[in-house]
Amino acid sequence: MQVLFYLIPISLVLGGLGLLGFLYTVRSNQYDDPEGDSQRILSDEWDDHPKP
Amino acid sequence: MTAQIRPSAAACPGCLAVPRDAVDEAPTSSRLALSLPGIHCQACISAVERGLNATPGVTSARVNLTLKRAMIEAEPDVRAADLIPVLGDLGYEAHELDLGTLTATQGDKAGRDLLMRLAVAGFASMNVMLLSVSVWAGATDATRDMFHWISAAITLPTIAFSAQPFFKSAWSALRVRRLNMDVPIVLALVLALVTSLWETTLSGEHAYFDAALTLTFFLLAGRYLDFRTRAVARSAAEELAALEVPRAIRLSDGVESEVSVGELSIGDLILVRPGGRMPVDGEVVSGQSELDRSLLTGETLPVFAEQGQGVSAGEVNLTGPLTIRVTTVGEDTSLHRMGDLVAIAESGRSRYTSLADNAAKLYAPGVHILSALSFAGWYLYSWDLRTALNIAAAVLIITCPCALGLAVPAVTTAASGRLFRKGMLIKHATALERLAQVDTVVFDKTGTLTAGTPQLTNLADFKRADLEIALALAEASAHPLSKSLAQAAGEAGITAAAVSDIHEVPGYGTEGSFRGSRVRLGRAAWVGAQQSDVTAAWLDIGDEYPQGFMFTDALRPGAEAAVQALLGAGKQVQLVSGDSKGAVQILAARLGITNWVGEALPEDKVERIKVLSEQGHKVLMVGDGLNDTAALAAAHVSISPASALDAARVASDIVLLGQDLTPIAEACDVAHRATKRIRENFRLATLYNVIAVPLAVAGLATPLIAALAMSTSSITVSLNALRLR
Repeated sequence: MQVLFYLIPISLVLGGLGLLGFLYTVRSNQYDDPEGDSQRILSDEWDDHPKP
Repeated sequence: MTAQIRPSAAACPGCLAVPRDAVDEAPTSSRLALSLPGIHCQACISAVERGLNATPGVTSARVNLTLKRAMIEAEPDVRAADLIPVLGDLGYEAHELDLGTLTATQGDKAGRDLLMRLAVAGFASMNVMLLSVSVWAGATDATRDMFHWISAAITLPTIAFSAQPFFKSAWSALRVRRLNMDVPIVLALVLALVTSLWETTLSGEHAYFDAALTLTFFLLAGRYLDFRTRAVARSAAEELAALEVPRAIRLSDGVESEVSVGELSIGDLILVRPGGRMPVDGEVVSGQSELDRSLLTGETLPVFAEQGQGVSAGEVNLTGPLTIRVTTVGEDTSLHRMGDLVAIAESGRSRYTSLADNAAKLYAPGVHILSALSFAGWYLYSWDLRTALNIAAAVLIITCPCALGLAVPAVTTAASGRLFRKGMLIKHATALERLAQVDTVVFDKTGTLTAGTPQLTNLADFKRADLEIALALAEASAHPLSKSLAQAAGEAGITAAAVSDIHEVPGYGTEGSFRGSRVRLGRAAWVGAQQSDVTAAWLDIGDEYPQGFMFTDALRPGAEAAVQALLGAGKQVQLVSGDSKGAVQILAARLGITNWVGEALPEDKVERIKVLSEQGHKVLMVGDGLNDTAALAAAHVSISPASALDAARVASDIVLLGQDLTPIAEACDVAHRATKRIRENFRLATLYNVIAVPLAVAGLATPLIAALAMSTSSITVSLNALRLR
């Protein structure tokens, strides 16, 4: 039963990290253009170095 | 908008590169938005962005493929008119969007807020469910208590944050002494939390923390779906409105400047070029032209305009440039005055109570009474407050309208998505339900059943030699009749005759000389012919009586199919138009509509809809013009094409995005099936309650049973809705 003292906090923290990640993506407008983003990955324009 | 001063000679887009000196107190950058209907792939994105970024003056450009739109940051003197040709050269069609209209009603924040609450509720319910499953699996004593306490620690703040929309809505209903769906929800949530906390402090066996959270999660999901569906429709409707950039060319001391319509004041002189729409009401000061009034009155015959003639906002100038003195602006224009008529007629939609409201009216008091009765019954039976409260909470949770909350939005989302792919925009939340009840369809003629483009009917009556002259004259003009004539002659393989000295006489027609004699193509009075009832252009080649090219308004694609399908579905179809009786009769006969009215004023149209409604008919009005707006608002449900005037689109519940009319018949069918699914969903939800409620009242319900009932009913309801797609 001792294992619960580790596992419950760990599961909560991991879930919380996922939640924070999701909130971050919502706040930084990452769902504004899902179609465009899925197409942009095919572009070879900034393959060599990131866009300045 | 920045005022751009340039010499009046620079009328063509190519002349815009002429340096402009008078830009008063320039802002450092401007934002522009372009609609790009043709883009669809990664190559398009790159080409458009590269092309725009290479244009001098553009700081940055970003394409949004989902919205098919480009947002551009540029120096203040860059205008959309400069960028559209750049994209045109790349092969992309582009239209300017009015940023003021686009941002005016942005509901983005509300959606994001709802999504955050949904995410938090989802996170918390999964964690608590994990702990609850361990309790159901057999955790006892101290372990169970610990799990309950952890659950409580997660649940309480989550409910406080995520369930806020329900608290607010329930409070606003209670404040005016009404019951809505959210009152039993809030009561169930609060009661569940109170009893669960109480049980936890007493080391009790049952806690409903997970039920409270999943309930919140499912209900929020329903809300979010509902919101998304309407946000998609709203942003598409916004885009349609933003495509009409409200701008006018003002003349002051012979200098042209482009200003927004809001800046015009009475007495200003404005220039309206051929093809332009009158932005305000006014009076012609100079110039001669023809005006197309079909959007205002439904007449297809253009009206001659010269000095002294009054013009109304919304009319389209056809042939020559007109200088107009502004007589009324803003709210006083005839366009806006029509809004008053709409406000009076606006009742078709407010009379309707949605299926969800009807269900809530039955459901909310029922649940409260049931729960109160079980509380009283158990208290009198056992004199144990704890047991009685637990059972009352269980009854409330199990009956809670999880499935009811999803029943309507899941179906409308699926149905709206399906119709959106067919090119129909459902703007109003209850439009589908109302559409399903329709038994009478009233069509407007001009611009709705017809495309608003003339079609030549008597090409075969002419000699080839005459046609060659007519083609030469027609090619010199941008008038819709000339364009149609030139196209028809071109398709028939006619080549233009060598007519010299061709020039257009605005408002009258085109003139030239052919083998020494004067030839004319234009208005009846100008060439000395008899004015007829049918739209016509007359050809005068000097030697004989002028010959008339007769035109009919081309049918919109799918008009015949739509009318046939509606008649086939047993609906009554009527045609009400402001156009001349002759023209209406011809069209009605062509489409097989027996019930038609011509020369109808806007008031006549509303009256007709009202009479039909009083007879108990549910009327669907399909129209596009200003003269239809009041009728659109008065009808039970209304549809307008995308080409309609802004006022008409605002007044209607559904907007048809494409040219084709066929989706109308399909929409009726989908709406019918959607309401059937909604009713089915209500029945499914009730069925679960019929099974689970007796258990709860008998005190046999456990949190496990509550969770099972809630999840299965929500999932069945959603799956049932998905069958519509």
